[in-house]
Amino acid sequence: MAVTKVVMPKLSEAMESGKVIKWLKKEGDRIQGGDIVAEVETDKADVEMEAFGAGVLRKILVPAGETAPIGTLIGVIAEPGDDIAALLASAPAGAGAASAVAPASRSATVTPSAPPASVMRPAAVTSAPAAAVAGVVQGQGGRVKASPLAKKIAAQTGVDLRLVQGSGPGGRIIRRDVEAAGSSAAPAAMPAAVAGAEFEDIPLSPIRAAIARRMPLSKAPVPHFYVTSEVAMDRGWELREQLNALEGQPKISVNDLVIRACALALMTHPGVNASLQGDAIRVFHRAHIGIAVALEDGLITPVLRDCHAKPLARIAVESRDLAERARNRKLRVQELSGATFSISNLGMFDVTEFSAIINPPEGAILAVGSVRRVPVVDDTGLGVGRRMALTISCDHRVMDGAMGARFLQDVKRLLEEPLRLLV
Amino acid sequence: MSVMTYREALNLALREEMRRDPRVFVIGEEVGLYEGAYKVTQGLLKEFGAQRVVDTPIAESGFTGVGIGAAMVGLRPVVEMMTFNFALLALDQIVNSAAKMHYMSGGQFNVPIVIRGPGGPAAQLAAQHSQSMETYFYHVPGLKVVRPTTPMDAKGLLKASIRDDNPVIFIESETLYSVKGEVPDDPEFLIPLGKAVVRREGTDITVIAYMGMMYRAMEAAEELEKEGISVELVDPRTLRPMDTETIINSVRKTHRVVIVEAGAGFAGMGSEISAFVTEQAFDDLDAPVERVTGANAPMPYARNLEKLKTPSKDKILAAIRRVCNMNGG
Repeated sequence: MAVTKVVMPKLSEAMESGKVIKWLKKEGDRIQGGDIVAEVETDKADVEMEAFGAGVLRKILVPAGETAPIGTLIGVIAEPGDDIAALLASAPAGAGAASAVAPASRSATVTPSAPPASVMRPAAVTSAPAAAVAGVVQGQGGRVKASPLAKKIAAQTGVDLRLVQGSGPGGRIIRRDVEAAGSSAAPAAMPAAVAGAEFEDIPLSPIRAAIARRMPLSKAPVPHFYVTSEVAMDRGWELREQLNALEGQPKISVNDLVIRACALALMTHPGVNASLQGDAIRVFHRAHIGIAVALEDGLITPVLRDCHAKPLARIAVESRDLAERARNRKLRVQELSGATFSISNLGMFDVTEFSAIINPPEGAILAVGSVRRVPVVDDTGLGVGRRMALTISCDHRVMDGAMGARFLQDVKRLLEEPLRLLV
Repeated sequence: MSVMTYREALNLALREEMRRDPRVFVIGEEVGLYEGAYKVTQGLLKEFGAQRVVDTPIAESGFTGVGIGAAMVGLRPVVEMMTFNFALLALDQIVNSAAKMHYMSGGQFNVPIVIRGPGGPAAQLAAQHSQSMETYFYHVPGLKVVRPTTPMDAKGLLKASIRDDNPVIFIESETLYSVKGEVPDDPEFLIPLGKAVVRREGTDITVIAYMGMMYRAMEAAEELEKEGISVELVDPRTLRPMDTETIINSVRKTHRVVIVEAGAGFAGMGSEISAFVTEQAFDDLDAPVERVTGANAPMPYARNLEKLKTPSKDKILAAIRRVCNMNGG
């Protein structure tokens, strides 16, 4: 009598609901422990769901395309002889319950005082894009006809089969269709604008919705203060060019220098590497740095772990890998949470300086501007130098201005004497 | 390596095994003085004498039973069915005695017998003499079932069958007896039972066939090569035990499958192959498995109807194009 409940998993701190992208097993399929049974779209990434027990997938309660709050029973795995009637009866009324309830409960909106995880706030935000995407399919009730191989390739390459036109018999999607779609991975998902219309409503993508929900939870309750400093990047720039001229060495970016400098400075200023936890301040002994990566429809902050213990070259390799996989939506869940500090760099957009919003429960975030060539005056007179502005946003409940300033001063010193980054 | 007919290859296999092992003997209708209805036992009486080449009355159940008894006490009989259609008369001996004796005696007796002869659709032999007989046997646990497509296979598989300690149903074909091919001269040349062979390498589709259908599939494959479809041809050679591994590996490569069989299809070899391909390689399939089979009817005598009943090259071509989505659909 081993009945295994399949529930909508909580895959990140911020996750409140998830959408079943598709079931990889169908009712009646035999499941081995560890089999991938479904794919779930969360705020930040598409994630494969493993079965934690063996048996037959007896019932699917939340079909592909629908959204359910975390913890919702979405399927049942049991042996054919097992009685699952009671379990099914205890499930929320019907599969569509989550999205059906959504519009009503949404009116309560988000109240900052409410602890996010305990409030059942189902589906509201994500149900809109779900409906919009469904509209792209040629109105065939959500069932996508695709060959098993096409499905496998789609799952591996992240192609959304609902957006693929099948060329097989009866419109079946076959391998060549998925491969063609994968190679031209087009942003065709947005509804086309009507010519001449004054505006269009673009439904929030799940990632946009997550940002919309999360940012007020930061900016309003977290008292931000900002400290800005200008760093002379002449020597850092020169060092980087020398390092990048070395054959067989990974390419180092300015951001990699900043990550390394912050990691070292966080070790000497643990008060900045800290988080408010109710009535205590939790000071972290390891520097897990979140690196903001811009995407088409939002931004995502994969976490580079243990930066304090990693040499510059390793930071360069790993941060590039994280950024690439972030853009391809291939991040693993554990790479999306657990940062103790974050860095947001808009240098590539020719930005003088800016300030960032803290990503709770972290205590601070560093905003990095462009490295600009500017006139500078030194002992010998007027010359041309490279300068970069750093602005740290700090949670005033965790630290004070002086603490933030001292941290920033150290980061500046490390970048201006960049050999320190190598030792 | 010598070039010889399929018939000569079988004859050579029998001759070599009878020379090698005095326990091997041949028994059946017209196998001695007449030298076999299809001349497979030609010259054996002269070389080995009447004690080892035994002519029998027209009594399939009786001489098959004699063979099974002889095998149980240590001989290695090769029982010839003049055609396999007549083996139905010996079905009880084959299914209930030969196949089950080892099991029911708790391993005290094994039955190293080979029952061989031609079977399968032939040319204008009509309903009762032109049918796929392997279906009656490969369902039975305890039997091995062999269908050799080429002269080389005929020799190597017959010799391996004679040396096997289990009952082997070895079904040849009237229409292949005169096919010529290279055959190794080595008297120790054996082809292990249960091993399929890839007769032609390809990348777009796996076509599984044996006996006459393999020759037809080969023609189809060569024609399709010109259209840019690369066909891999797999011949199971032994139907039971089936070499699923070779077939699955091919499916994993090509992702598409067509099975060609001469029989009437329902519960045929294609059904079985299709089932295990779907079970073991479902996620590798890009199209449903398709079967090209004989029509669901007794074999007509009339030549034009016989042609309609049998899988033709055109039907094979159409199926392959369909599975490869080359029909614009």
